[in-house]
Amino acid sequence: MSARLDARVPDGPIADKWDRHKFEMKLVNPANKRKHTVLVVGSGLAGASAAASLAELGYQVKCFCFQDSPRRAHSIAAQGGINAAKNYQNDGDSIYRLFYDTVKGGDFRSREANVYRLAQMSLNIIDQCVAQGVPFAREYGGLLANRSFGGAQVSRTFYARGQTGQQLLLGAYQALERQVGLGRLTMFPRTEMLDLVVIDGRARGIVVRDLVTGAVTSHSADVVVLATGGYGNVFYLSTNARGSNCTAIWRAYKRGAGFANPCFTQIHPTCIPQSGEHQSKLTLMSESLRNDGRVWVPKSKGDARPPNQVPEAERDYYLERKYPSFGNLSPRDIASRAAKEVCDEGRGVGPGGRGVYLDFADAIKRLGEQTIRERYGNLFEMYERITDENPYRVPMRIYPAVHYTMGGLWVDYNLMSTIPGLHVAGEANFSDHGANRLGASALMQGLADGYFVIPYTVGDYIGSTKLERVDESHAAFKDVERGVAERTATLLAIDGTRTVDSFHRELGKVMWEYCGMARNEKGLTYALEKIPQIRDEFWRNVDVPGSAAELNQALEKAGRVADFLELGELICRDALERRESCGAHFREEFQTPDGEALRDDAHCAHVAVWQYRGEHQPPERLQEPLEFEHVHLSQRSYK
Amino acid sequence: MAGSQTQASLGVGPGSRLRLFWQSTVGKKIVMSVTGLIMVGFVILHMIGNLQIFESAARLNAYSHFLHHTINELLWLLRIVLLVSVVLHIVAAVQLARIDRAARPVPYRKRDRQAATIASRTMLYGGVAIALFVIFHLLHLTTGTIRPVAYTEGDVYANVVGGFRVWWVTLIYVLAMIALGLHIFHGAWSSIRTLGLSRPSAEPIRRPVATLVAALLWAGFSIVPLAVFFGWVR
Amino acid sequence: MKFTLHVWRQAGPMAVGGFATYEAADISGDMSFLEMMDAVNESLIERGEQPVAFDHDCREGICGMCGMMINGIAHGPMRATATCQLFMRHFRDGDTIYVEPWRARAFPVIKDLVVDRSAFDRVIAAGGFITAPTGGARDANTILVSKSDADDAMDAAACIGCGACVAACPNGSASLFAGAKIAHLGVLPQGQAERRQRVLRMIAQMDEEAFGGCTWHGECHEACPKAISLDVIARMNGDYIRALWATHEVNQEQGAG
Ligand SMILES: Cc1cc2nc3c(=O)[nH]c(=O)nc-3n(C[C@H](O)[C@H](O)[C@H](O)COP(=O)(O)OP(=O)(O)OC[C@H]3O[C@@H](n4cnc5c(N)ncnc54)[C@H](O)[C@@H]3O)c2cc1C
Ligand code: HEM
Ligand code: HEM
Ligand code: SF4
Ligand code: F3S
Ligand code: FES
Repeated sequence: MSARLDARVPDGPIADKWDRHKFEMKLVNPANKRKHTVLVVGSGLAGASAAASLAELGYQVKCFCFQDSPRRAHSIAAQGGINAAKNYQNDGDSIYRLFYDTVKGGDFRSREANVYRLAQMSLNIIDQCVAQGVPFAREYGGLLANRSFGGAQVSRTFYARGQTGQQLLLGAYQALERQVGLGRLTMFPRTEMLDLVVIDGRARGIVVRDLVTGAVTSHSADVVVLATGGYGNVFYLSTNARGSNCTAIWRAYKRGAGFANPCFTQIHPTCIPQSGEHQSKLTLMSESLRNDGRVWVPKSKGDARPPNQVPEAERDYYLERKYPSFGNLSPRDIASRAAKEVCDEGRGVGPGGRGVYLDFADAIKRLGEQTIRERYGNLFEMYERITDENPYRVPMRIYPAVHYTMGGLWVDYNLMSTIPGLHVAGEANFSDHGANRLGASALMQGLADGYFVIPYTVGDYIGSTKLERVDESHAAFKDVERGVAERTATLLAIDGTRTVDSFHRELGKVMWEYCGMARNEKGLTYALEKIPQIRDEFWRNVDVPGSAAELNQALEKAGRVADFLELGELICRDALERRESCGAHFREEFQTPDGEALRDDAHCAHVAVWQYRGEHQPPERLQEPLEFEHVHLSQRSYK
Repeated sequence: MAGSQTQASLGVGPGSRLRLFWQSTVGKKIVMSVTGLIMVGFVILHMIGNLQIFESAARLNAYSHFLHHTINELLWLLRIVLLVSVVLHIVAAVQLARIDRAARPVPYRKRDRQAATIASRTMLYGGVAIALFVIFHLLHLTTGTIRPVAYTEGDVYANVVGGFRVWWVTLIYVLAMIALGLHIFHGAWSSIRTLGLSRPSAEPIRRPVATLVAALLWAGFSIVPLAVFFGWVR
Repeated sequence: MKFTLHVWRQAGPMAVGGFATYEAADISGDMSFLEMMDAVNESLIERGEQPVAFDHDCREGICGMCGMMINGIAHGPMRATATCQLFMRHFRDGDTIYVEPWRARAFPVIKDLVVDRSAFDRVIAAGGFITAPTGGARDANTILVSKSDADDAMDAAACIGCGACVAACPNGSASLFAGAKIAHLGVLPQGQAERRQRVLRMIAQMDEEAFGGCTWHGECHEACPKAISLDVIARMNGDYIRALWATHEVNQEQGAG
């Protein structure tokens, strides 16, 4: 193991590691806490919960987000639910089972100790959220309701209608605003972090741009926590919010933080297909629809008949055919890939041929329209609103879309990156999901990180480190500020002919085509040639109107796309170097004869961590080996 | 911090609680609602009183006599309550209206209202119209200062019937009653909500009871001048 | 499809604004209103003009970031729909569309259609929470909440904080927004301890932010993308009266605060 990648997993039995570690961690004298400043970048589930908890402990906290209010972080959009091993349904769930499912679901590419802690914390999360007033669904008796989600064998998912992420985030946001009211936390909305400041090898602050005035300023601190979410928008079209970006973690990477497993990007099978070039984002339809819908395409190519006129015998219910035991409920990556295959064969439906049917006709016949309405009414409405088609009459059209990124900045057991003092939480870190995330686990991870891990480990770092006093007048801040201002000036000065969006779209197409659901060496090599070309043209020919000293949304976008253009390349590089198929990463060269992902545990049971080495050198690929003491390596099978 | 300021200003004794109440928009609105309901109560009684005109002249005059002589002290008490209500209602209305206007300094170029009614939008103007009407009305029938026809102290019947024979008097009354009806159509519905007494409803804009009260009041008042004018009451 | 847009342009908070007219051509009915605005912006940039600034993020009707006055209706003509979920097929080819920012003294314009809604955050900071510091919570199932209370709480909690209620209200009142939070937390057993001070503080903060009062126009409910019921405002007033009634509560707060 590289010395730079010491995961610092505590000793002892897995179930006791966290308790023991908590005891061994250094504490900060309560009176001293307010002398320490912690910057939290991001106000999603991970950031808001961390910021609120740290402020409650007495630290001086500053929190940043690019939206106009912390309540709008992308976590707000999560629909399905949040897992917790409460075993309220008495169906055999336990911390161990959640741990086991998560490691296995991640296709054995996550760190056992972290995942175990996550499963432990899941219990506290639900307690915490209920105490805050999160209106989870209830049974008639007043107890909490659960449902099973994403193919889990137990009912462990807690939910608040289709707005679980919203309600959890509002709980964290309200806790955060309470600290703002008490004067213990300062919130900086409409403020974008544009660089990290590292002094003497430690993260000591950030440089931000005020998105309203354009002013570039610095904030110094003892600890910086990044909770800036995922980078799915590198694909241009994704289910992420339009503003979701990689800038904060990418800047940290370029300042020395290792980037782990960038190619682990998850694709969700049930999204509404793209309707045209103009489309700006893809909308997720809850996976629960696959409980009653049947997926099919016509058997013959180019069959342009309306779905209702395709006779039963000429339909291919391909999931049921290929995976008889799981059928329409096959896991996300399998269902996604199968959809791509049939569309590649020319049997896709809808405009552009990029879609498959999700048909409720049988379910409606069997259960009646009323039952279907009760179960999915709001989803059907949303579908109709967007597509203008009535899914009670006509089958829905769905297609996979980029949804989540398992990769992110590498962190140790304390959620600290390879730069001391830089902690990373939520989707922004490489997280506990290995090569594939199970449904309803991202919310759990974000909140576990923010409420229950970061507040302790940040204290440990402060308590065990001698931190020199630095403030914003330090030369390092001035240097970085200058760099940020220059970059902005460069972008504005190019004055080319193409819009930022046109470059983003072009990058997205390359990423989706060659580094999407299925990847191969040839395609990746091509992408690795193509992306630098796009980037070159971007820096020569982009047109960013307006000035730096005002609200300038084109400029904001330009900065983000510039970073995506670099990250995209790293993703492809990582995908190329990982010579196996695992979880969401499917390399066509590595599959079983019947087309299943083929893992290579002998050579690839590691976290790939990329270390930046300067503008003109390829990054270095480090490895953190993974050991599986509790969950035994096994091949998935959904036949 | 704005938030902590608020916290400080809430922690003071009961005397200033009244001030706090009056200072807040919700407190003022509650004052309007209570005073408005008192006035609604008055107009309902007043209308019932007026309708006695259809029974006989003697009946109406006896009623007036009863008010002014038999329960004179009570009448004064009522007048004071009413006066205080009117003053509070108007002061709160004017202050709130100023706050509300200030809250939207720049108007929309285009506006397409979805739910606001003529009634809800004309509450202030309607109120002013009612205020002007009441002044006119007191000068006409209580003090006898305005005399469309000869005024006879104590003969309410004669004063009423005489007055409403004059077309412009009737017109003023009828127009004022439209203003009153609209004011109550909105006010009777909204005041219950202002006091937090309404029951949750799936259709929040439905207001059958308020419509009925407003319609009855409008009809009950208007019928008197109209009946006189068209000669049904002589 | 083709549209004529009259869009409010304003360079900055202090600048004088005005309407500019743009033609939006080649618009498909499957475009959302914001995608139509994207297309307009792309062509503005290509013509060397400044694109129209507008707020947006999730584009699926949940973050509450988007919001425009469209032909005089907050979030446009579809009921219970945020601007980002409004599709152009609901307009007629050739329509003229006025696009204006939310207008309220408490929501100053920052640029074009972008306004400053931080007043909402301050209203929440004043009391829109349940005090539950991290770590001290008891087991979730020891708090029973009847299904109907949980449903009522969720109905109110659905508010996305978009500000359309303020924009639509002729008085620029934030009553629906504040009432929604007060109702959400007030129907839950966890929210009872702070119920009285919550309503007092939030209302005081609302007034401080220069929102208007509620005179029951009902426009807010019509504009609200989550169709929050007017009942939440009645509830807020009821809570307010009860909170003031309880003399000792108000005094005790000093100790607590
Ligand atoms: C449509 C959809 C549905 C989902 N459904 C589920 C589900 O049902 N269950 C589940 O478990 N997971 C779900 N997920 C995944 C889950 O929602 C996310 O992984 C999780 O919410 C991420 O939280 P976060 O706190 O890490 O980041 P985010 O919530 O994305 O927050 C990022 C924050 O960082 C800020 N930020 C970013 N960059 C900068 C910068 N440069 N400067 C300053 N601030 C910055 C942003 O303003 C924001 O506040 C879903 C995801 C999507 C897209
Ligand atoms: C057409 C309808 C009305 C008629 C016929 C009518 C008639 C009268 C009469 C005859 C009196 C004098 C009573 C007396 O001195 O004994 C009176 C007094 C009064 N009326 Fe009316 N009225 C009408 C409508 C209204 C309305 C709508 C209001 C209020 C909004 C109103 C408010 C008053 C008041 C305040 C007094 C004085 C009571 C007092 O002596 O203190 N009236 N009215
Ligand atoms: C005398 C002059 C009056 C003025 C200037 C006036 C003005 C107003 C205004 C501005 C409002 C608030 C608007 C609103 O809530 O939509 C209002 C409300 C109301 N008014 Fe009047 N009004 C007057 C007289 C009356 C009278 C005579 C009555 C009763 C007969 C009355 C009953 C009410 C009621 C019940 C409300 C509703 C209060 C609430 O919603 O809480 N008002 N009035
Ligand atoms: S109440 Fe409705 S309109 Fe007002 S902020 Fe909330 S969601 Fe928007
Ligand atoms: S529109 Fe305004 S007046 Fe009240 S009912 Fe809604 S806040
Ligand atoms: S962009 Fe999020 S609600 Fe419209």
